[in-house]
Amino acid sequence: MTKAISVAAKTRQIVKKHGGDKSAMIAVLQDIQEAFNYLPKEALKTASKAMKVPFSRVYEAATFYTAFSLKPRGKNIIKICMGTACHVRGASALEDKFERTLGIKPGETTTDKKFSLETVNCVGACALGPLVVINTEYHGQMTMNKVDKLINKIKEEGAQR
Amino acid sequence: MVNLIIDGKNISAEKDTMLLEAARTAGIAIPTLCAHEAVSRSGSCRLCVVEIKKGNRTRIVTSCLYGVEEGLVVNTKSDRVLNVRRLVMELLLARCPESDVLQKMAKEMGVESQGRFVADTDHGKCILCRSCVRVCEEVVGVSAIGLFARGSQKTVGTPYNEKSDVCIGCGACAYVCPTGHIEMLTTGDKRKIWGRTFKMQTCDTCGRYFAPVDQLKYISKKTGVPLKELAICMDCR
Amino acid sequence: MNENPDTQARQIQDNLTIYYGPKKKFVTICAGTGCRASGSLKVKEALEAEIKKQNMKVEVLATGCLGFCEKGPMVVVHPDKYFYQHVKVEDVPEIVSKTVAKGEVISRLLYRHPDTKKTLFREEDLPFYKKQLRVVFGKNGMIDPAKIDDYLAIDGYQALAKVLSDMTPEAVINEVKKAGLRGRGGGGFPTAVKWEGVRKAHGEPKYVIANGDEGDPGAYMDRSLMEGNPHSIIEGMIIGAYAVGAHEGYMYVRNEYPLAVKHLSVAIEAAKEKGLLGKNILGTDFSFDIKINKGAGAFVCGESSALFASIEGRAGEPRAKYVHAVEKGLWDKPTVLNNVETWANVPLIINRGADWYASIGTEGSKGTKIFSLVGKINNTGLVEVPMGTTLYEIIYDMGGGIPNGRKFKAVQTGGPSGGCIPESLLDIPVDFDKLTEVGSMMGSGGMIVMDDRSCMVDVARYFLAFLKEESCGKCVPCREGVRRMSDILEDICAGKGKEGDVELLETMSQSIADGSLCALGGSAPNPVLSTIRYFREEYDAHIKDHRCPAGVCKALITYSIDPEKCTGCGLCIKVCPTQATSGEKKKAHSIDNNKCIRCGACIESCKFDAINVK
Repeated sequence: MTKAISVAAKTRQIVKKHGGDKSAMIAVLQDIQEAFNYLPKEALKTASKAMKVPFSRVYEAATFYTAFSLKPRGKNIIKICMGTACHVRGASALEDKFERTLGIKPGETTTDKKFSLETVNCVGACALGPLVVINTEYHGQMTMNKVDKLINKIKEEGAQR
Repeated sequence: MVNLIIDGKNISAEKDTMLLEAARTAGIAIPTLCAHEAVSRSGSCRLCVVEIKKGNRTRIVTSCLYGVEEGLVVNTKSDRVLNVRRLVMELLLARCPESDVLQKMAKEMGVESQGRFVADTDHGKCILCRSCVRVCEEVVGVSAIGLFARGSQKTVGTPYNEKSDVCIGCGACAYVCPTGHIEMLTTGDKRKIWGRTFKMQTCDTCGRYFAPVDQLKYISKKTGVPLKELAICMDCR
Repeated sequence: MNENPDTQARQIQDNLTIYYGPKKKFVTICAGTGCRASGSLKVKEALEAEIKKQNMKVEVLATGCLGFCEKGPMVVVHPDKYFYQHVKVEDVPEIVSKTVAKGEVISRLLYRHPDTKKTLFREEDLPFYKKQLRVVFGKNGMIDPAKIDDYLAIDGYQALAKVLSDMTPEAVINEVKKAGLRGRGGGGFPTAVKWEGVRKAHGEPKYVIANGDEGDPGAYMDRSLMEGNPHSIIEGMIIGAYAVGAHEGYMYVRNEYPLAVKHLSVAIEAAKEKGLLGKNILGTDFSFDIKINKGAGAFVCGESSALFASIEGRAGEPRAKYVHAVEKGLWDKPTVLNNVETWANVPLIINRGADWYASIGTEGSKGTKIFSLVGKINNTGLVEVPMGTTLYEIIYDMGGGIPNGRKFKAVQTGGPSGGCIPESLLDIPVDFDKLTEVGSMMGSGGMIVMDDRSCMVDVARYFLAFLKEESCGKCVPCREGVRRMSDILEDICAGKGKEGDVELLETMSQSIADGSLCALGGSAPNPVLSTIRYFREEYDAHIKDHRCPAGVCKALITYSIDPEKCTGCGLCIKVCPTQATSGEKKKAHSIDNNKCIRCGACIESCKFDAINVK
């Protein structure tokens, strides 16, 4: 699917939507990430010019917050909750299981670009721990057995599309 | 004038003076690393901490950013203060084992490397004091460099570690760096800094290479003074 | 438009489209994030479809979080108020034809008391809820958070009307002062003093901000409040803004709470439409507007000056300057920053009076507090209790004790800034000062319960690893010091601890606490110091004996198969990622410890509990 408008044009749209003031920087970066699934360099450069903020400041904000990714991410974002309640219920063992199954570490993307693995510090659904969020779906009471089933299900669904 | 007591001495200082200056004026030595006269205060190295007492409350504060107050009692050498300074030096020595500046400072303070901390190898001599970033932002005005990422991943440099379009090669950052971490190599008609090579301008009078062309262009743009008039080195002016 | 705000507010109430009378039939289903993850929205759809199918006109209300998250999805059928738990889509036809249509109760869906085995019908009968005082949180179950009319029906915005028609800003501050409200975000700072500071400060414009960053892992009270009753926070903020003279407000919400952001946005728009927010509120000359800012994954942004930096569009680094936010906060202007739970308490104080509020709680800590009770606990969920309730009551009476017959070991409070409290101290009343006395703190309200299979050294290691990642990196003691402490704890858990490590951690702790720029570094040593204080023997076991008594730290434990229990089914062989298990069918299997990586897959799969950890 080709992009209808260029990265720069889309970025300028986003900046305009937020009033163009430099205080909207975080919100602008969030919308850029929403639009492109990561923060492209061109988008950051465009935002810097459009908001009259030095490029180094934009890059500071982009690299400070872990919600942002400077590398393209996979189709399915897997977020493992590593909050205290989930930790106490075995989240570390789950993280290892995902690493073994997908062959990547948190912060990385599989070579076929199907999955990105991330850790998140508490999504606030502690009764269901240990918990994994895949895209927008919450999967509670995760076990190592369920991990294999889940990954396979997603792969199948992806193949059908 | 504000009256306070530092290390038992009665001190009088102008309003809005920082404890650091008030102490140093009175001949009391306080070590610093991230404070530089050319830029605003950072408060990040924490070496200049002192113990203050107001009423019954004692607190550890950085003297570079805490202003004088009437009746304040300050101790620049309490156990808590010295322990913080010792820990900061031990941590910095482990972070930048190659820095002779830090080693000299540690020796003067009587601090040795903490054997339990495994020395880093990938930070060079950078202590992340932010002086370079501040001078580029506040004095030069181009903000070519920044401090990226956070926590122990924090690094100084240009975005994406690529050549900066806005850097003018002035070297102010290298000048204010307390440890000499920033590499600036000037040979003949070229200067290399932050991965970019700048062409140097010759002085119209003496013919010496004295400043990057880009720097003079920048000054010309900012001040309106024609470039030709700027092509004279400091000695010849 | 110069009508008395009180009259205006009553007119709004009279124009309600829905009014829940005592005899009216309707069904509520909890739609907080936790229950949604358990499928409650599908159950709601099924209920609506079935009710329509059976030709009834009964409203199904998706409410905010009810707190008893362990039992979701939860359905309450009014007017009888039968409380059904773990409701599945398959249960819906029966619920509709029996309970909704005829008021008949379905026993199998009721809560069963674990000891008496009796089924209990209503929320107020359940041990989880009995000792709670849900004056703030209880409203969640009565409203659809997306409908302002529901909030108005339960006296919503009455406090605002009272303030704007009858009270001066000073009177509002005095009432909050008399009530003794202290900040619910962790600091416990007297709210009225903060407000007074901003009221008196010089500088325009002034700001009020709601801190919805809730970074403590394991704490989700604020999420449930923002999702479940957004108007209570908004109403509190408007009252606070009036009291201090602010006209602009912000709500800073964690990026990880999309539903909270959605509900808050909807609520703000709805309030504007009804003239409760924006220009000339309720016809007076007081104007106030609220913007929402989302966080972007930085725990440190829960700290006030880092939060301001984030709203200003910069990296969330706290400010090193010694200046109070009430003098110079957001954009260096006088700012009130309060936690969302603090704001939600304000309408309550105005409506029911400071004297009533101050009659709840202890001498130094008035009112109630919402806690998230999570971890190794039977009844995971959110509880709201009067300050002064003991830890024992919360964990055992409400929480139902420890699951799987295991033994209580510690409860961790205050998040990464707090500490662990052992069994010997379970009788302490929970309030700001008492928890600090024993080496922990109240924090935002997270209570993580641990049993004998939790390793306390691993807990300290976990928190320091968290803080190392979240440190902004500005100051040396935190960036370098917390990192080194984290490294030492990793070593200890990996069997590489050295004699003197505990003493070194203690020495470093004092200086890191003293020297750090903000409270992240300043309180980072707490989890370490409190676990050393109460569980020193575990540290010694790790360092001197290379043993993890709780059986957690992988490098210090070995797995073995109990030949008495093993049936030779072969399941463990199937799931082992390193082929460490082996054995013949129907004969006892064994584990090769050279290959075993202690991943736990076999333990999870074994149906005979045949795998021992030592």
